[in-house]
Amino acid sequence: MTTSFMAVLRRDLLLAMRRKNEVLTALFFFVIVASLFPLAIGPEPRLLRKIGPGVLWVAALLSTLLGLHRLFADDYADGTLEQMALSPAGFAGIVTAKMLGHWLLAGLPLVLLAPLLGVQYDLDGGALLLLTLTLLLGTPLLSMIGAIGAALTLGLRGGGALLALLVLPLYIPALVFGAGAVEAHVAGLTYSGHMALLGAMLVVAAFFTPLAVTAAIRIALE
Amino acid sequence: MNWHSPSEFFAMGGYALYVWGSVIACLVCVVVEPLLVRQRRRTVLSLLRRQRVAEQIEREEQAA
Amino acid sequence: MMTKVNWFKYSSPATFYPLAGQAMPIFAALAAVLCVAGLWVGFFVAPTDAQQGEGYRIIFLHVPTSWMSMFIYLVMAFWSAMGLVFNTRLSGMMAAALAPTGAMFAALSLITGSFWGKPMWGTWWVWDARLTSELILFFLYLGYLGLHAAIDDPRRADKACAVLALVGAVNIPIIYYSVQWWNTLHQGASVSVTRSPSMAHTMLIGMLLMALAAWMYSIAVALSRVRAIILERERRTDWVAELKEVAA
Repeated sequence: MTTSFMAVLRRDLLLAMRRKNEVLTALFFFVIVASLFPLAIGPEPRLLRKIGPGVLWVAALLSTLLGLHRLFADDYADGTLEQMALSPAGFAGIVTAKMLGHWLLAGLPLVLLAPLLGVQYDLDGGALLLLTLTLLLGTPLLSMIGAIGAALTLGLRGGGALLALLVLPLYIPALVFGAGAVEAHVAGLTYSGHMALLGAMLVVAAFFTPLAVTAAIRIALE
Repeated sequence: MNWHSPSEFFAMGGYALYVWGSVIACLVCVVVEPLLVRQRRRTVLSLLRRQRVAEQIEREEQAA
Repeated sequence: MMTKVNWFKYSSPATFYPLAGQAMPIFAALAAVLCVAGLWVGFFVAPTDAQQGEGYRIIFLHVPTSWMSMFIYLVMAFWSAMGLVFNTRLSGMMAAALAPTGAMFAALSLITGSFWGKPMWGTWWVWDARLTSELILFFLYLGYLGLHAAIDDPRRADKACAVLALVGAVNIPIIYYSVQWWNTLHQGASVSVTRSPSMAHTMLIGMLLMALAAWMYSIAVALSRVRAIILERERRTDWVAELKEVAA
């Protein structure tokens, strides 16, 4: 089980490294979107400090969406996905490996970039740390929920926009608690509740999303 | 009885726009939705009738 | 003695079609009667509200539409689960038949909520917990309808949407809870739709009557829509070709 898991993970990372520009494009999107809001709203630091956590979380959300429809699409197109579904090693494990790969490529870089962008919003050290932590917990959650959307929209025309429509409402709890934690800290309130809930959602998603994703892929493969 | 005259009823104590606006919105939906379903039904029935006629013609041609 | 009911007989579109056709007018009639009764109670029997004047009467429309939009989603999720577990075609058709009506009620809930909010709170839109949750529910409905429309094969569409409906249903409590949390942090008191605690008896009766009317209406529309769906899906079968409506 673990060897096939590592094999699929390695394969996805290798394939992505050969087409680095897709990964980098999503990252630059994150950076650019984060820069748009001060341009739109004005550079006043107090205002930016207020909207910073929310803006960065939304930008991370949208940036994660960018790469999602490719998560299973390439393998679906060339028949590899069907083989994975038939594999005796267990489809759920393979799907989990793919979701982990997506997070490593699309989520983790956002976590690392966020503190730098947070500086643009005049967030203090504590807020920056908390922002990074919430994104560290939140981006895997986004990858997993997004994988459900990617699996449901396999092979459909207009896939990207439809995927966003399906997945964004489901992202809202993560957004509320993730951005909310940082905002609470900035306001001087406790944020432990937010973090606990984010963690809980992550654990529950880790358990349930492989089931939903494998069911959705099997439906698409019929 | 709440209302002492029809004009009082329609005025709704000054809230006429909001109350009647809501009523109209609901009325429109409750009327339009069944009409749309009926239209969907008619479309599929006419399709089925045309299909039946086409099959009949095919059978007659094959018998001939 | 009690004969065993073969429930699965009714999961065949061919047997369900005439049954739905006979049941639909009954529910439509019930809906009309209950609606008249509810509007009568709401507009002529229920007294004027002390604080909100006549404007509060919108709740006789707003609350039933909200309840139905949520209830229909749960029923959709139920039929989705049935369809996935028992692999019955009719369950998927029923869920697809309910979705547009549910979306309509969600939209009406937002519209009536706006009409209620403007005179009461001064703005056409308020980010209170209930309205925001309703908005997200509306998005979930749009996603369901969008996914169904995007998939050509009706069976795949039914099954994919079934998974989506179940994922959505599981998420709805989480979404509702997170919006509540968000709302109490960012605003002071949350505005309550139902006036607590001592709502006049007549107001409650009016709301219940309208809610029942909306329920009966939903069943009637869903039954007639599912009949159209059955005809569309089963158009290559003999029993459809021999229907009175077609063979005439």
